[in-house]
Amino acid sequence: MSVFRIFVPCDASALSMGAERVAEAVAGLAKARKAEIALVRNGSRGLFWLEPMVEVETPEGRIAFGPVTPQAVGEIFDAAMAPNRAHPLYLGPTEEIPYLKRQQRLTFARCGIVDPLSLEDYRAHGGYRGLERALGMDGAAIVEEVTQSGLRGRGGAGFPTGIKWQTVLKTTAAQKYIVCNADEGDSGTFADRMLMEGDPFVLIEGMTIAGIAVGATEGYVYIRSEYPHAYRQMQRAVGIAREAGHLGPNLLDSGKTFELHIRLGAGAYICGEETSLLESLEGKRGMIRYKPPLPAISGLFGKPTVINNVVSLASVPIILDKGAAHYRDFGMGRSRGTLPIQLAGNVKRGGLIETAFGLTLRQLIEDFGGGTATGRPLRAVQVGGPLGAYFPASLLDLPLDYEAFAAEKGMVGHGGVVVFDDTVDLARQARFAMEFCAIESCGKCTPCRIGSIRGVEVIDRIIADQERDKNLLLLDDLCTTMLDGSLCALGGLTPLPVQSALKHFPQDFDRPAGRIAAE
Amino acid sequence: MSSPSPWNAETAAVLIAEHRALPGALLPMLHALQEEFGYIDQAAVPLLADALNLSRAEIHGVITFYHDFRREPRGRHVVKLCRAESCQSMGADRLVAHAKGRLGVDFHHTTKDGRFTLEQVFCLGNCALSPAVMIDGELHGRVDEAGFDRLLQETGKSK
Ligand SMILES: Cc1cc2nc3c(=O)[nH]c(=O)nc-3n(C[C@H](O)[C@H](O)[C@H](O)COP(=O)(O)O)c2cc1C
Ligand code: SF4
Ligand code: FES
Repeated sequence: MSVFRIFVPCDASALSMGAERVAEAVAGLAKARKAEIALVRNGSRGLFWLEPMVEVETPEGRIAFGPVTPQAVGEIFDAAMAPNRAHPLYLGPTEEIPYLKRQQRLTFARCGIVDPLSLEDYRAHGGYRGLERALGMDGAAIVEEVTQSGLRGRGGAGFPTGIKWQTVLKTTAAQKYIVCNADEGDSGTFADRMLMEGDPFVLIEGMTIAGIAVGATEGYVYIRSEYPHAYRQMQRAVGIAREAGHLGPNLLDSGKTFELHIRLGAGAYICGEETSLLESLEGKRGMIRYKPPLPAISGLFGKPTVINNVVSLASVPIILDKGAAHYRDFGMGRSRGTLPIQLAGNVKRGGLIETAFGLTLRQLIEDFGGGTATGRPLRAVQVGGPLGAYFPASLLDLPLDYEAFAAEKGMVGHGGVVVFDDTVDLARQARFAMEFCAIESCGKCTPCRIGSIRGVEVIDRIIADQERDKNLLLLDDLCTTMLDGSLCALGGLTPLPVQSALKHFPQDFDRPAGRIAAE
Repeated sequence: MSSPSPWNAETAAVLIAEHRALPGALLPMLHALQEEFGYIDQAAVPLLADALNLSRAEIHGVITFYHDFRREPRGRHVVKLCRAESCQSMGADRLVAHAKGRLGVDFHHTTKDGRFTLEQVFCLGNCALSPAVMIDGELHGRVDEAGFDRLLQETGKSK
């Protein structure tokens, strides 16, 4: 009798739908039937409405079932063995599921496929080829490869990664650092989390390559405390990599050293901003630093530091493995490569969609997402997190591209797309943007710290229909002050969601007071 | 996550010493203390200040900067409700109102019986399955009002 591999994700989202109990049921079944089942706890494929999605390895490849309940496990096992596989939860061969088949997975190539903590599996799926190639190159050549790939930071600002690395490379210092920004605070985003849980070695490899490239021997991953699963997974993976000689002194017998430390944030959104994050890593309050000096010149503990988002760093191994041109050939305009889009909110089929830049919001929400979860008409989409603009349905043909979004006064950010149906009230969303800014402000500058509190009050008055015209003018002034007078993008971009709400949904700021006050 | 142990200066000193060698040790120390005691006792401040050669005011400044760190003991279970946009789009505001009513407390407060502490969070990375809730570090997705009540019940049973 052959051993069947059954995959039940250990991804936090899958767990949130009961994957742990399903895994227990699979283990129980194996015992009861004396069947030789190897239970693999993979990451998620990112088809979250199907979680827990269980895969069974068959001679013809992996087949999927979902969403699976513990009670259904026995039936599924029988169906998987039966020739016609008939079962209401049967989804077909995993790779043939249209949602997956239509993606171009480069950074997420292994996520959901491999056992996240098996180095052997990682290597069998192309892992460590990038680092091995990098070890044969000098720092400048590695940086050049990253520059040529056109990779831009996936954390939000879209700054060219190679150029940042170049600055660190040419700054001489006894100690340099690689810092991974895994603070992923934007609502509607989960790509960093999925990757850390589903393919942690790709991040470790990417950071190691960065270290070799710029001459940094130490790295830190700063993970938000809201992600306990990712934190534990990264700790385990680092332990395994170190044990196997893939991290530490003389890694892979190269004579090079790279150490990696995992640190936990403490629930402050602002610590996703790079200088605030560095302060936090140093054990201080997460106050924003003035720039210059750039972190690339004086970063962590005052040393030259590469700070990049999880997805940026995890995209590096494939760039080194397959070459810059391979990566650059995906995408449009100045947005090269692929973007892992996170489709979230009021949508039927939310999940991770990695494709070349250029997909439109409509393709994303309608073709992939299947429309709203509630079945009501779509009314607004917020892209790029809490500092991103709200777009109306009429702008759904906008392609996901840094420049196209900037032209509509929006931003792609970290690639989070949050869908709202027609019950949304954009005046309340604008109020929330101000409230969020007030809660999360580091407090360094007045326009942000005080402006946001005033913003909440002013919007409250607008909603309550108190001197509406005067207060709308005041709100506009306030937005301008925040935009111009804030040190960082928290205060500086909070006006974006507010002004987009005002521009595209003016009727929501012009309702009879009673209707809203009644809530 | 189990019931935290009551404040104990010796244990605290051990935890602080364990992290002392780390660069930027204060956050790891605070996390270790909160993990053990469920909050950061005022009496920990001078211990931390001594260990790190910082002023008490500086330690206090750090503790108060971060939303995670509590300065009051917590209940046996911590219930975190996501209030961010994606969850809003799926009815988080309703869920928040329901949860506050059910537990009879506002955010950052603990029920009278000491069982539940209610907290708000902004995104749990479960936005494709909004609304999201985290109870004692366990994530839950697509939580409606009835689902929330069920979760409370199960959590209550687990002591
Ligand atoms: C308020 C604020 C929050 C941010 N949050 C994050 C975050 O959670 N994750 C992230 O990677 N970048 C975040 N950024 C962007 C970082 O400052 C920085 O641009 C990024 O870490 C650089 O990495 P990248 O070039 O790879 O994107 C944030 C910026 C601001 C202003
Ligand atoms: S804009 Fe806000 S968060 Fe940014 S530095 Fe100023 S006060 Fe701090
Ligand atoms: S917004 Fe609630 S989990 Fe992300």
